[in-house]
Amino acid sequence: MNIYVYTIRRSLYVIPILLGVSMMIFFLFNFISGDPTSILLGPHATAVQMAELRQELGLDRAWYFQYWDIVKSAFTFDFGRSWTTKQQISSMLSSGAIPSMTVSIPAFIISTVLSISIALLISFFRGGWLDKTVVFVCVTMMSISSLAYILFSQWFFAFKLGWFEISGYENGFPDFVPYVLLPILIWVMMTIGPNVRFFRTVMLDEVYQDYVRTARSKGLSEYYILFKHVLKNAMIPIITYVVIQIPFLILGALLTESFFGIPGLGSMTLDAINGNDFPVIKAMTILTAVAYIIFSLITDVLYTVVDPRVRLK
Amino acid sequence: MGNITKSKSLWSHAWSSLTADRMALISMVIIGTYTLIAVLGGLDLIASDWAKEVGPSYAAPSWDNLLGTDIFGRSVVAKVIKGTEIAMSIGLFTAIVSTVIGVFLGSIAGYYGGKVDEVIVWFYTTFASIPGIMKLVAISFILGKGLFAIYLALGLSNWVHLCRLVRGEVIRHKDREYVQAATAIGGGNFRKLFKHILPNVFHIVIIQFSLQFQTAIKSEVILSYLGLGAQSVPSWGTMINDSKLELARDVWWQLSAATAAMLIVVLAFNILGDALRDALDPKLKGK
Repeated sequence: MNIYVYTIRRSLYVIPILLGVSMMIFFLFNFISGDPTSILLGPHATAVQMAELRQELGLDRAWYFQYWDIVKSAFTFDFGRSWTTKQQISSMLSSGAIPSMTVSIPAFIISTVLSISIALLISFFRGGWLDKTVVFVCVTMMSISSLAYILFSQWFFAFKLGWFEISGYENGFPDFVPYVLLPILIWVMMTIGPNVRFFRTVMLDEVYQDYVRTARSKGLSEYYILFKHVLKNAMIPIITYVVIQIPFLILGALLTESFFGIPGLGSMTLDAINGNDFPVIKAMTILTAVAYIIFSLITDVLYTVVDPRVRLK
Repeated sequence: MGNITKSKSLWSHAWSSLTADRMALISMVIIGTYTLIAVLGGLDLIASDWAKEVGPSYAAPSWDNLLGTDIFGRSVVAKVIKGTEIAMSIGLFTAIVSTVIGVFLGSIAGYYGGKVDEVIVWFYTTFASIPGIMKLVAISFILGKGLFAIYLALGLSNWVHLCRLVRGEVIRHKDREYVQAATAIGGGNFRKLFKHILPNVFHIVIIQFSLQFQTAIKSEVILSYLGLGAQSVPSWGTMINDSKLELARDVWWQLSAATAAMLIVVLAFNILGDALRDALDPKLKGK
């Protein structure tokens, strides 16, 4: 099959997935979650109050209208208003995006670059004590609860040692820098373990291939083989792994943001969860899902472009 | 005929390579110990009086209270032990729920192919597009609070990876000669799938089970933070979550104790998972 036909067919597959996601969101939040008005009004609400609120929130309309709202919002990004802050969700999203990105983008880049470098280094010394130690440290770091990283770092590095701001945020560069340093460090600590392990596995998969043996028997140096051959071929799974993480950068550093008082999308989402603010939860779910669908489309197409071995079926 | 040596099966191979691996052996001992603590706790033989006041509020670790006390003067040691029971039960039941769903859907999709496959692939692709935390929250909203809801919420949101793997393996196996042979002697679909193919992909299930187990234990902390965790029993998640108010008063022992208890068992499951993969995955043999 031709690559263009494949791209078009793969793009069309987005439609049923998108419909599926909106169906699932509708099912989870509108259909079986129970009546949100009783949560919002508390246990002493009268039936009349609940009926009024239901009407105000549009929950008394037929289910297909409510479902259609969800489908529509995936394209228009019009999510209505928050139940708790009464603000337009779209404006909440745009004001939260920047603070989130000041943490998630540098953290993501640092973590990825650092992990790939470490993985290259240890695949050079594979099987040796350095390799074994690094892998053990990675697995240990993966085994620590993310909440423990946040709590301990905030207490020790910011509160005890005073190296970083304990909490807070200021808009504009470079004012935000002191506030995001520790959240970035925490993100890197949380993600470096799984990243290094993944990149190492990918590189070792290549190291045992025939072409590497051929290169070695030609007398090429191990260093040359690693950079010129192994890294190049390992790039395909590496790119896939990296690209597919990008949509989740929108959610920001959920817990970290709320602990450090960063007014981003992560803390907004957590506030919404705590306050049963369904429209905001739904908006974030739709946004992340749409981003995920688009980025998996991109990786799939990229994959077939860079790797001619991938058969198009 | 004399002595015919039976050729070693995958499983006995795997067992001997597991027991030869010192790290894997240590991990199994650790998991065994945690399981024992959990069972004894479940039978109320140990830590049944965890709610008793044993000292002043926030007493630092000392000989009387090895890991100190919490806000109500309860022993942190007893809470960690009771928390072990909760964590191990969450790990076990969550892994069972997600394994049953993943294996069932994955094997059916792989075996039958066609429309069945398309629908199942569509379903899990859709499911995977929704971020994990949102699924957890939504399912918890629906199921309410309590341990049973935690098992289901974590299990229901964590089966896609296994489903994909099982589907792929079943597709690889279903046209093999041994399955054709089973068809030739009149084996039905059900028999072929469950009696012949599944035992051959079971190693993947075991590896994933040990990974699911530890993921669940870690996710419980997030649920506790969201107020959706274990209620009225101490769990490591609630202990870690409680410490956000304690650290400003330099009360570090509850956080450290719960984190360490979790670290050790999760690490053991991670190492065991890797060792199982090395021992059971024939593709990796000889590497």
